[in-house]
Amino acid sequence: MRNTLVKTLTEEALKDNTIMLLTGDLGFNVLNKFYDVLPQQYVNAGISEQNMTSVAAGLALSGKKVFTYSIGNFSTLRCFEQIRNDICYHNANVKVVSLAAGFAYGPLGMSHHATEDIACMRSLPNMRVFSPADPLETIAVTKAAITSDGPCYIRLGKGGEPNLREAFDIENFEVGKAYQLRDGKANVCIFSTGSVTKEAILAAEQLKDRGSIPVYTFPTVKPIDEEFIRACAERYDAILTLEEHNIVGGLGGAVAEVLAENPSRARLIRLGLRDVFSSVVGDVAYLRHYYKIDAEAVVTALEKVLK
Amino acid sequence: MESKALAKAVRIDVVEMIHRSHASHIGSALSIVDILSVLYTDIMKYDTADPAWEGRDRLVLSKGHAGSALYAVLAEVGFFPKSWLENYDLNGSPLSGHVSHKGVPGVEFSTGSLGHGACVACGMALASKLNGKTNRTFAIVGDGECDEGSIWEMAMFANHFRLSDFTLIVDCNGLQSFGPCEETIELLDLGRKFRDFGWNVMEVEGHDHDALRKAFSARPSNGRPTCVIAKTVKGKGVSFMENNVLWHYRDPQGEEYERALSELQGAEQ
Repeated sequence: MRNTLVKTLTEEALKDNTIMLLTGDLGFNVLNKFYDVLPQQYVNAGISEQNMTSVAAGLALSGKKVFTYSIGNFSTLRCFEQIRNDICYHNANVKVVSLAAGFAYGPLGMSHHATEDIACMRSLPNMRVFSPADPLETIAVTKAAITSDGPCYIRLGKGGEPNLREAFDIENFEVGKAYQLRDGKANVCIFSTGSVTKEAILAAEQLKDRGSIPVYTFPTVKPIDEEFIRACAERYDAILTLEEHNIVGGLGGAVAEVLAENPSRARLIRLGLRDVFSSVVGDVAYLRHYYKIDAEAVVTALEKVLK
Repeated sequence: MESKALAKAVRIDVVEMIHRSHASHIGSALSIVDILSVLYTDIMKYDTADPAWEGRDRLVLSKGHAGSALYAVLAEVGFFPKSWLENYDLNGSPLSGHVSHKGVPGVEFSTGSLGHGACVACGMALASKLNGKTNRTFAIVGDGECDEGSIWEMAMFANHFRLSDFTLIVDCNGLQSFGPCEETIELLDLGRKFRDFGWNVMEVEGHDHDALRKAFSARPSNGRPTCVIAKTVKGKGVSFMENNVLWHYRDPQGEEYERALSELQGAEQ
């Protein structure tokens, strides 16, 4: 996903010289694809995310479209107040990018796991939150970020994620809309966001003898697709949300908020980190299994509600 | 208006505003009145009829708690009616205690949390440089604000990118929340610190308009940003507020209010 974002951003920045890319000294061997062709639109701000974020606001208020880039929590939580006061309060045209959603940095440890970022970014007025599930969604949200004014957050997987569908209508991508990845007629459905969506597809595949389970992806977590959630809540007995993030304030939290204000048929099952830090050592697959947000956990949860 | 006349009017405005609203930070505001007055009379280019004019010089008041002084200056030079000052910090007013830009012509940026505004101004200065513009960007920080790590991130950045049209003004009144800066977190020699960070540094008497004019007008040609260390007095102009940390919080009422006004009205221009 990161290469997809950098490639898309470079293509767009070649056409629009107001686009700028700021990095907090991360992206070695990744951002050079941008820098090599557009050095005048690139700034390495050093290891100083607070200043980088405020500088981005200043650039944006002077007419630039600014992307800030770092990994894990460095571009979000480290400079949360700068995002709040300097970017969001001023509705500045800054797009905050974080590489490596959830456990993507695996054994590097909890400092590098972004597991509360959606909740934090989602709480800010004026902020939109994008969490693409595959490279195709990444292209769509990157273009949407450029063409729409105002702040947004883009949460990326680390790289090498497969496309989860054969085709995606990028040109007609709509911010704030859920998309169907897999059709199904079961009495339950899966909502997923980010690269962990791969596990939802695997789970649906493993359960195919019990029924066809629809899988929906949320490339936009804020604004959340309320109308779609309400419709699903009428149609299904249960909605399972899957995210590589704390269940507090993430996709599951956002869906819960909609359901709580719209009493309906479906019960909600949230799979994610259950308000804990990821303190064990392991790669992504190991951690997803340990914290019960892999395909197996989805299967186990859905078997209890499938008819 | 001449800078000294503006400073006198603004000091009176500030005392009246904070008296009416029972707001805090009167000492912080009085500390920067001369700096602002010189900038807005003799240094900065702006158009009160077109606050968003692209060629304007930018000023970000990073020490947003001194907002009453900025609002008063903006009203006195004509960005908005002086009558707005009467509702400063009161219910429904556009003028919040800390500086807010929303609905307030002339305010470049909203601040209040320390260590933000100077970094944003740095970004504005970078944009001007990248766009080949020659307008200047100013930021005013407090000396206590230099406790914030982001100030030093900004200091490295502005020098590295040679933001020569960027001027940082440090309002060095020597006092912060609990008392003297040096007893809180030793700042030691701020001028030397900024010099070591690559900046041009000028240290001036922060209430001497001629000295301020000279410092703000000097444009060193080495391509580096400039830091003006302005030695100021917290509460400047009201004898019983000067150098007294109590007036970081207290608002003048009754006899104190009358005395403050009387001292300021009787002051030389």
